[in-house]
Amino acid sequence: METFKGTKIVNGIAIGKIKIYRAPVYEISEDLVSDIAAEIERYNKARAKVQADQLALCEKEKAAGHEETAGIFDAHAAMLDDDDVIDEACKEILSEGHSAEYAVSEGCKAAEEMFLNMEDEYFRARSADVVDLKNSMLDVLFGADTSSLQGTEPAILVAEDLAPSETVKLDKSLLLGLVTRLGSSNSHTAILARSMNWPTLIQCHDIADDWDGKFAILDGYNSCIYIDPDQKTIDELSAKQAEDKAREEKLKELKGQPSVTLDGRKVKLYANIGGPKDVKAVIENDAEGVGLFRSEFVYLNSKDDPTEEAQFQAYKQVLEGLAPRMVIIRTCDIGADKTIDYMHLDKEDNPALGYRAVRICLTRPDFFKRQLRALLRASAFGNLGIMFPMIISRWEVVKCKEILAECRKELEAEGVQIGKYEIGIMIETPAAALCADELAEEVDFFSLGTNDLTQYTCAIDRQSANLEPFANTHHPAVLRLIRETIEAGHRHNTWVGICGELGADPTLTEDFLKWGVDELSVNPKSILPLRGNVRSVDLSKFKTESPTPKAEAKPEAPKPEVKAEAPKPKGFFGRLFG
Amino acid sequence: MKEFKYVITDPVGIHARPAGLLVKEAKNFKSTATFIKGEKSAKATALMKLMGMGIKQGDEVLIRVEGEDEEACAAALEKFMKENF
Repeated sequence: METFKGTKIVNGIAIGKIKIYRAPVYEISEDLVSDIAAEIERYNKARAKVQADQLALCEKEKAAGHEETAGIFDAHAAMLDDDDVIDEACKEILSEGHSAEYAVSEGCKAAEEMFLNMEDEYFRARSADVVDLKNSMLDVLFGADTSSLQGTEPAILVAEDLAPSETVKLDKSLLLGLVTRLGSSNSHTAILARSMNWPTLIQCHDIADDWDGKFAILDGYNSCIYIDPDQKTIDELSAKQAEDKAREEKLKELKGQPSVTLDGRKVKLYANIGGPKDVKAVIENDAEGVGLFRSEFVYLNSKDDPTEEAQFQAYKQVLEGLAPRMVIIRTCDIGADKTIDYMHLDKEDNPALGYRAVRICLTRPDFFKRQLRALLRASAFGNLGIMFPMIISRWEVVKCKEILAECRKELEAEGVQIGKYEIGIMIETPAAALCADELAEEVDFFSLGTNDLTQYTCAIDRQSANLEPFANTHHPAVLRLIRETIEAGHRHNTWVGICGELGADPTLTEDFLKWGVDELSVNPKSILPLRGNVRSVDLSKFKTESPTPKAEAKPEAPKPEVKAEAPKPKGFFGRLFG
Repeated sequence: MKEFKYVITDPVGIHARPAGLLVKEAKNFKSTATFIKGEKSAKATALMKLMGMGIKQGDEVLIRVEGEDEEACAAALEKFMKENF
């Protein structure tokens, strides 16, 4: 057995024979031709044929519901337009008296170089799209038939590189997995592989011709391929493959199903997202809404203080893309441990307890108002919830609402349309949890941020490895605050959700439901597993308890079990995205 | 002649897929629309030239429209930019 490393694009396992996919290599002469007009004619025909082919691929993808990949071929077709870079370069070479083949080959090279010389990685990856168009035109000019390159048996396809139009033309019923020597994770081929969910490995530099026909296993989880695997590896990975398949099937069945317990109690399962790019994941994982849209990305991705317009566009994109689902957008939660230059924040000794979130917003009303105006304008395009973070006192909520009302008045005076929206706050400080009754009178909803709530309640920095023996993610004090917050909210008709990591903890789902939680917001990938969890809970066995049970914590075990958690990045990002 | 300025908010800038749609939109009009950033410029109907300008998030571009239907063309492009970039 031999093992070769690569870079995975898609997780998953493929088992089967290898088929080497070899694109034709053409010999192209530099010699001048006698009939220039005839070569221009041949070139124009080849270009028109490839442009039509690309549009046909676009239509095919559209019909299959693959909007994203359809867009790739639509763009390819446009890249071949008259008087654009490729066409201009080819025509110039033709006018010098070269053959159509030479013009295409050299003309595309110029366009390829234009992209390769660009600074941004995304644009550099576009050179692969030019190569795709070049090869397609050469195939036409040489009259090559590329349809038989895949073979006739199901196989793991191994290639130097695959162009998007080659990838999309592959017969999916014969494709087990994909391995290429080249390619980038930004390439359109990688996008295709992701959207098709094929086990895929790129940059596998050790590809050899003698792999053809050999038995192999592509292991996406470990980013490698095993050639002639031993029996132990075959058994292990076959079992893993079967497991993956069973799990996928089970999760697929949960799409479109209600999130309801066996005894009929419904709960809303929402997603936590970080920006417009996550809209797709929300829909794919069948989330019923967004419980936490971290608006930080608009601040972090910007060189300057983001304008109202830039923020409005981002919020609108998400609200519109997900309507009629509810989208709760948390207002700026930048803190002093992340010095965003344009914010000019002083360095603090204790940033977690420092000048952050609503504390900055309330002392910099002009900054805050830009975001609130953007949110109000976006409210016309979907179902919005506005959520204020790091609240400890009622007056803060009152003040936030006052500023929001001021923005509303201004916008109305400007004739801007404003939709309906709900107002809520994060409950992530012990102060807020303990004052939940008062706070509930001010808002429509609460969302429990269990990560910070745990850190502040236990005085434990989650980032500190030394504190691990003392950390208990199920500390009874935290669970009690959660329970009492839910009860306090309900006393005032304020609905209560959980958007921290605990929301996705399967060992707590039953407790949360028993305590009456209205919504759980988790990362998109956790939605379907959590729905499976909810659907297996039966609350009827608790019905004999008094309707308003006294909040009693579970006794803490003498030696608390410290749950092994995945290592988290230190500092600001850990807090923000953890 | 009509002109407007636009600051790109899309994190990837003017990239292939939405840029393809932009080109289509621009082709709906008889007027000629030109994107200008610093010394670089490209017609809105030429996808690769537009992409070759390397317009990134935070860049301000000037869009100049000239022709018989310039009013409608400028309005449509401004709307398109706001919705897609």
